[in-house]
Amino acid sequence: MKIYDVIIIGGGPSGLCAAQRCAEAGLDTLLLDRSPSLGGQLIKQTHKFFGSKEHYAKVRGIDIAKLLQEKLTSFENLTIYTETTVVGIYEDFVVSTLHHNQYKKVQAKAILCAVGASEKFLAFENNDLPQIIGAGALQTLVNQTHVVPGDTMVMIGSGNIGLIVSYQMMQAGMKVKAIIEANDCIGGYKVHASKLRRLGVPIHTKSTIKRAIGTDKLEAVEIIQLDEHYQEIPNTSEIIPTDVLCISVGLSPLHQLTSMLNAKSAYIQELGGWVPLLDDTYQSSVPGLFACGDMVGIEEASSAMMEGHLAALHVCAYLKQSHPQAAELIPYYENQLYELRNGIHGAKTLKGILKRKEAMNAQ
Amino acid sequence: MRRLTSHPILDISSQPTITFTFEDTILEGVEGDSIASALIANGIVSFSTSIKKHRPRGFYCAIGNCASCEMNVDGVSHVRTCITPLKAGMMVKREER
Repeated sequence: MKIYDVIIIGGGPSGLCAAQRCAEAGLDTLLLDRSPSLGGQLIKQTHKFFGSKEHYAKVRGIDIAKLLQEKLTSFENLTIYTETTVVGIYEDFVVSTLHHNQYKKVQAKAILCAVGASEKFLAFENNDLPQIIGAGALQTLVNQTHVVPGDTMVMIGSGNIGLIVSYQMMQAGMKVKAIIEANDCIGGYKVHASKLRRLGVPIHTKSTIKRAIGTDKLEAVEIIQLDEHYQEIPNTSEIIPTDVLCISVGLSPLHQLTSMLNAKSAYIQELGGWVPLLDDTYQSSVPGLFACGDMVGIEEASSAMMEGHLAALHVCAYLKQSHPQAAELIPYYENQLYELRNGIHGAKTLKGILKRKEAMNAQ
Repeated sequence: MRRLTSHPILDISSQPTITFTFEDTILEGVEGDSIASALIANGIVSFSTSIKKHRPRGFYCAIGNCASCEMNVDGVSHVRTCITPLKAGMMVKREER
């Protein structure tokens, strides 16, 4: 069984940045991802990023994925396995993987988890019908494999993902019949909402889905208005025929791998759910087990990248093989993260991170 | 169901065709398809049935996480068709319940 210095699990924005830093520091690094291609959710994000130049502003997600991968091509000390799912991690940092129906074990001195998040689901009648699709999944199907699953759709959720994916489905020729939002205001940025409204897409706030209609697949949805206590208002329901219902009601961190090693975790609402607790070096309560990106708190790809760099630099220090530029890079990325979280949307994240830190110190 | 032929941002070049079998029918997909995307392009959106009530299940998460798209591929059960690339000659079936 091969023993690596570090195994990075997850090749999305966070894991790719981490792999670059670990490889630069000379660590014998293994990067694992269960998908056929690296880049995580970036590879279907056709929209341009916000922020500053350091955060790849004005660059499309699909192009960021390429840029991050280009930085990994020259390292002999970096091994990458795609289509490889981690099915177990053991106390001695043996990692059991599944690739093309074959199990293989690898081991490392440190593990960095950057496995991201999964889409939240919503409870309503017939929510299991085919053609009810998660927002990220619909984006993958259309933007990555170029298959459009119907002519019409209804979107549940008006956060940035709901708005951006609605617009992208219009670019692919779908008609967005309505965007439904339970809150009394639109969740995402006004610039995205305005773009859709100019194109005639109705955004219904204070509304939710009551049920999906169909037998073998979705045929229509019934939506209903909500009062200020999120209770249904009788006689306000409306039936909208649609080929696709897209669900975009947030993301849950994928904490299961770190929990497998009994790393301490806590439910922190501001970070999206159960997350592993971390110290200031992104190390969990299990020495040598690190975590970063959406799995430690739902944010954006920009912050996941910064965290990937930072966590990797700390992994290098833990393994006593510090990155040659660690002294400059650590304050640089910490400052970048500070800048990213400095707006109104960052306040919630900062509160969650503080809770995560307090819970760690209380252990 | 249709395949994109043009897009304002993405470069949609035509890809070589791949032939595969779903249940007893021979279908066509293209290079770059997942098994799931090839099925949806052919109008097949019901990938499996729930274990107890046999309700139809389709494409949901596309990251290999939710188990809704698991099918039997080349005799191997529980293959996550959303993250498995389509290959020529694959025999894809719904799991028997």
